[in-house]
Amino acid sequence: MLVVLAGACAAFFLLPLVGLVVRAPWGSAAGALGDQSSISALQLSLVCSLASTALALLFGVPLAWVLARLQFPGKSLLRGIATLPMVLPPVVGGVALLLAFGRRGLVGEPLAAAFGVGLPFTTLGVIVAESFVAMPFLVIAVEAGLRSMDIRFEEAARTLGAGRWTVFRRVTLPLIAPSLVAGSVLAWSRALGEFGATITFAGNFPGTTQTAPLAIYIDLDSQHAERAVVLSLLLVLVSLAVLVGLRDRFLGGA
Amino acid sequence: MLRRLFTLFSAALALLLTAGCGGVTSQSSASPSADQVTGSLTVLAAASLTDGFNRIGEQFKAKHSGVDLKFSYAGSPTLVTQIQQGAPADVFASADQPNMQKVVDGGLNSGGPKVFARNKLQIVVQGGNPKQIQTVADLAKPGIKFDACAPGVPCGTYATTALNKANVKVTPVSQEDNVKAVVTKVSLGEADAGIVYTTDVKAGGAKVAGVTIPDDLNVTASYPIVQLKTAPNPKAAEAFTGYVTGSEGQKTLASYGFLSSS
Repeated sequence: MLVVLAGACAAFFLLPLVGLVVRAPWGSAAGALGDQSSISALQLSLVCSLASTALALLFGVPLAWVLARLQFPGKSLLRGIATLPMVLPPVVGGVALLLAFGRRGLVGEPLAAAFGVGLPFTTLGVIVAESFVAMPFLVIAVEAGLRSMDIRFEEAARTLGAGRWTVFRRVTLPLIAPSLVAGSVLAWSRALGEFGATITFAGNFPGTTQTAPLAIYIDLDSQHAERAVVLSLLLVLVSLAVLVGLRDRFLGGA
Repeated sequence: MLRRLFTLFSAALALLLTAGCGGVTSQSSASPSADQVTGSLTVLAAASLTDGFNRIGEQFKAKHSGVDLKFSYAGSPTLVTQIQQGAPADVFASADQPNMQKVVDGGLNSGGPKVFARNKLQIVVQGGNPKQIQTVADLAKPGIKFDACAPGVPCGTYATTALNKANVKVTPVSQEDNVKAVVTKVSLGEADAGIVYTTDVKAGGAKVAGVTIPDDLNVTASYPIVQLKTAPNPKAAEAFTGYVTGSEGQKTLASYGFLSSS
């Protein structure tokens, strides 16, 4: 019974991929790939998703450490807020980002007045939108890693005279490396597929804010359905290669 | 344990399925007479029709209480894709002829499309027009963030035509997938101006204002409506298209700023 259900589940995941492969316009695939707009969309997707993964590591790991190691009132509320974007529809996230960082936003308005820069309609805006939805995945993965590691290693280092920062850098980080990798991959793949928050907050302009998922959506609507299918396939290939490669290398295989 | 879980799962699934079917075959409690239309009716309509069609929907339901009328609004190309992929819809109302032509070319229509409304373009700006935009040429002024629909979406195609006629070259900050998104970006203050339909400016309320585009630069959008070949409820579809093209529907559309079809 378990195997039957699992088989149904696997087929459910596999069939849409088969659909993409079967219906792909193989004859004109090369032409569609060489298309400048597809290339720039894919480039933008890679750059923005990697940048937001880097941002997630820079800010998310410290937050995960605070959540795992420190005791303070309001901690569960903080954790709730930090993981909210995972539950929130991305479009809502996009609107919320506009109200905070938009040209008329709470933070965006004084920022625009002071520096003359705005996030909406810029590549930076895409990175912000992707970080907003992707960072929680890294935070919870790293927090889980921190909680499950043997805290005695940290304590031993502390008794030997190492400061908090040294312990974190030399003992904690190497020990939670698998969680770091897993969290980064989760965050990166979420950022790569991000659509709703991006089109709402950053807009949709080829070369600046039109990432691959946005290009696919717009292509499907216009006369370029073939290009959309080819680009979708390419996105599937890239994601699959990364996920399979990283799994075998860092996560101990299947 | 596992078996019990499975039973529970199947029960839930069965419940979902019957609930889903119930929605499709919902019948009115009133005994249907020969010419009375009943059942569910799904209308796919261009995003710019949202307010006018919602009102028409209320009026239509007041007349035909047995009809379970549902609207699905999106950019016309999105709707065409859904129709081509076999969406179970009865009626399609497009914001332009090329998208309707795709449906006709695919042999997906039943009967010829009828133009039921026309619309003109306007420049949408924030209420009070803080950036002092008076003409199409003002859109290219430095520092003005101009937003428009994507090229494949009717409002995007029309906006390009109007800009070309005015010989104005301007790069939009974004290419929205439907016309309402342009109005939203302007009303939120993210963009300073956009080219949309007159009716969208009207529907946008006090947060936005319209700047007239002169007739020699303007484009008239024609909205065709058609009954779909695979309509699950052809009778209701016919009644609805008849209502939209009839005098009452035309009056309602006019009150939302649409120009008459003739």
